Amino acid sequence: MTAPVQLTLDGDTRIIVTRSFTAPPALVFRAHIEPALIRRWMIGPDGWTMPICDCDPRPGGSFRFGWTNGTDTSFHATGEYLEVTPERIIHIERMFLPDPTPDNHVDTRFAADGTGTRMTMVMTLPSPEARAAVIASGMPDGLEDSYARLETILAKA
Amino acid sequence: MTDPLSRTFLALADPTRRAILAQIADGAQTVSAIVAANGLSQPGISKHLKVLEGAGLIRRERVAKTRPVHLDAAGLQKAAGWIDHYRQHWEGAFDRMDALIDQLKAEEAKNGRQ
Repeated sequence: MTAPVQLTLDGDTRIIVTRSFTAPPALVFRAHIEPALIRRWMIGPDGWTMPICDCDPRPGGSFRFGWTNGTDTSFHATGEYLEVTPERIIHIERMFLPDPTPDNHVDTRFAADGTGTRMTMVMTLPSPEARAAVIASGMPDGLEDSYARLETILAKA
Repeated sequence: MTDPLSRTFLALADPTRRAILAQIADGAQTVSAIVAANGLSQPGISKHLKVLEGAGLIRRERVAKTRPVHLDAAGLQKAAGWIDHYRQHWEGAFDRMDALIDQLKAEEAKNGRQ
């Protein structure tokens, strides 16, 4: 059984995301490093695609991801891999919204859990403000429009 | 940092301010009670209260000569809403990964039979 995503704010600068998968770690790992697979899940809500998905998943290698909803092509992310093994990926990433967010240090572990995988992603930001910016971004659906939309919804709540 | 979310998270990032919120969660308290409980100077506490007020996490109203400090639940709910929105973003991504992995498994099984 898969379990819902658990999201924990740890200390002042960390975000911890955990999720279980029914698939073994090798498959979950592949979904993180093969461009043909990455672009099928690392996308925003309906209508968003990922035309740019270049990555060189080895220590020192870099990546560049770009998303579009057909009209807006400004949203992209770049980063570098520090460690890539089937059990663990450590990378640095920054998002361009279009202004760059501070570097996010992301440590993703794939642990065998029965026949499935327990994935733990620890994101460490340089400051509490940077962590707030990441939470506010929410990837493509965190762009200006939805930011404004959410503000409206929350104002009514 | 001008947007409300950043102000809220920044306000919540400090342990003293979190302790103040916990202290007033069950009911309003006077500033002197908050000073006594936290072992900080009155100006120090006032500074923290100003940050919490600016972030919409507390309210202070004048009652006679005192200004008891109230928790403003709406501010906290807003922060919780943003966090949940961010969690849902990952939920969506991982659900797509599940579907993708199911396809990969099916392909592997097919190739294995060949």
